[in-house]
Amino acid sequence: MSPDLMAPLMFAGLVVVLLFGYPVAFSLAANGLFFGWIGIEMGLLQPALLQALPERVLGIMANSTLLAIPFFTFMGLILERSGMAEELLDTIGQLFGAIRGGIAYAVVFVGALLAATTGVVAASVIAMGLISLPVMMRYGYSKQLATGVIAASGTLAQIIPPSLVLIILADQLGASVGDLYEGALIPGLALAGMYAGYVLLVSIFNPKAAPALPLEARTLKGAALGWRVATCLVPPVVLIFLVLGTIFLGVATPTEGGAMGASGAIILALMKRKLDFNLTKQAVESTATMTSFVIFILIGSTVFSLVFRGVNGDLWVENLLTGLPGGALGFLIVVNILIFFLAFFLDYFEIAFIMVPLLAPVAQKLGIDLVWFGVLLGVNMQTSFLHPPFGFALFYLRSVAPKDIKTTDIYWGAIPFVCIQVIMVAIVIAFPGIVTGNVSKAAGAIEGSSDVELRRQLDVPAAGVPGAVPDGSDTTGQQKSDDANAEIERMLKQQK
Amino acid sequence: MDNLLRFSSLIDRANERIGRAAAWLTLLAVLICTVNAVVRYTVNMSSNGWLEMQWYLNAAMFLLVAAYTLKKNAHVRIDVIAGKLSPRTQAWIDIVGGLLFLLPVSLIIAWYSWPALVNSFHINEMSSDPGGLIRWPVRLVIPVAFVLLSLQGISEIIKRVAFLKGMIPNPGEHRTEEAA
Repeated sequence: MSPDLMAPLMFAGLVVVLLFGYPVAFSLAANGLFFGWIGIEMGLLQPALLQALPERVLGIMANSTLLAIPFFTFMGLILERSGMAEELLDTIGQLFGAIRGGIAYAVVFVGALLAATTGVVAASVIAMGLISLPVMMRYGYSKQLATGVIAASGTLAQIIPPSLVLIILADQLGASVGDLYEGALIPGLALAGMYAGYVLLVSIFNPKAAPALPLEARTLKGAALGWRVATCLVPPVVLIFLVLGTIFLGVATPTEGGAMGASGAIILALMKRKLDFNLTKQAVESTATMTSFVIFILIGSTVFSLVFRGVNGDLWVENLLTGLPGGALGFLIVVNILIFFLAFFLDYFEIAFIMVPLLAPVAQKLGIDLVWFGVLLGVNMQTSFLHPPFGFALFYLRSVAPKDIKTTDIYWGAIPFVCIQVIMVAIVIAFPGIVTGNVSKAAGAIEGSSDVELRRQLDVPAAGVPGAVPDGSDTTGQQKSDDANAEIERMLKQQK
Repeated sequence: MDNLLRFSSLIDRANERIGRAAAWLTLLAVLICTVNAVVRYTVNMSSNGWLEMQWYLNAAMFLLVAAYTLKKNAHVRIDVIAGKLSPRTQAWIDIVGGLLFLLPVSLIIAWYSWPALVNSFHINEMSSDPGGLIRWPVRLVIPVAFVLLSLQGISEIIKRVAFLKGMIPNPGEHRTEEAA
């Protein structure tokens, strides 16, 4: 077999193997090992490849960026299980109830708030589907508007910081999480604004679809309403400012922000007397399971990409993608279409771990800003969450929607919002300034970087194991930023 | 087969205990990281040892929970085609996948992690940062976790075979959805 064929075969093999439906993490790793074995037999790769594997696992274990995943997940779960979403929806629904389309605005607003705290799409959609959907149905909202606005607002959790997608994308792109957070903030908020704008248009041109709450439904008024707002709206907002504020100001790393947010969530839940042993136990177990499967996919994809780069798969992908007509723009369009369709079948972490490491070096070579690229991919994947018939958000909503709402209502409801998303993708491509303009280079730079820092700690020479395969993870630019990060971190550590 | 099923349920119970216990390390890591951050900004002190403790705990958590995650069938799959197959075919896929994918991967990683662990133990390997932690305990987690994962893989295979023989209900029935 010609060595040039290895990479395409490996990629094709991966696609076939994944479709069998065995857990992605192990399919990826086994595919890598199988082709690694062939490569060793053919003399393309060194046998030391296998010895490098446990060091890779150790590298992932020591990656401080990934620590933010369990922290933010835990924070979200505690807030969710302690009933924050319910209270927020109820209160803000009362607050906005008097105006036309009020509950729809409340859903957008709460969706953005939940996104900034829990960051879990399934949780947001299900909570809003259970609470707001029945209210909207009772008072005569159109089914399409009601379901569309709930599904769309729920997906905001994908893009508004502290989204897990952005953490994983940052790790895979070799960018800083803080930068990605700052870059995604304006597009995320702009999306929420555009959703609200759509609700406004509907309430003007089709008032029947988005009525105001009748007086008897507005149970809270005056001081009582004020008190409710103070007790249930203010604490999460303070928590958001605490977490995102410290990250944006560069005071805390995203990992620290996540930990403090989680502690803050525990304190809030304790003050509301909602926290008990059972809730905590459920939260730690869900967090652990989720972290485990996400990081195991990363382990699997690390094994895969170690071998894939060993057989020059990265060069193959690069040649494929740099040869596209239209240069950087052609690349962006093809990549966005590709990711958009892949996201029908794959979760964001599968895309981030399998596709992004292949795309990032090409993007960099074409001179594309990686933070901007990451945010663009984030908005794109969010769109696919909403897109009928496969969008995950639509599934979650279907699972909690009452029987008399037809699946086609949910699909039609989603379409205007998918259009808004596509407009947003186009805006991000056309005006990179809305992403990059907000990224201050100083913030987030203190963040730990995985490989280089680890090597330093472990005293492993840069080539991994002597005579090992060309060490893929340190291609070109990532190395540079890693080095810079590690340098800054070293200086920071010495100061103390 | 009965003995095998007993063996499988022994593994299941052990991994469930280990996984549920390890999950609590999340909370510990959250608290330690919070204290680290607060201390660093208030009195401007920090300790590499405590910083490293964060990732030690997190690593132990996600590695030791992996086997329990497999038992709960919560490792992510791509269901586009597989979801439409019959339960028997899915069980076959899980058996073949377990034998050809999961077991080789976990055993190879466990096997090759051993020499580095022994070496680290002998030379008393320390973190290269001042005040950092000793390394072998965290290296020990790798072989332990991957052996536990292999055992769980064996248990899952036994259960799938028993299901195909009609001895137990479908063990893969409740595939948990936990996407974020």
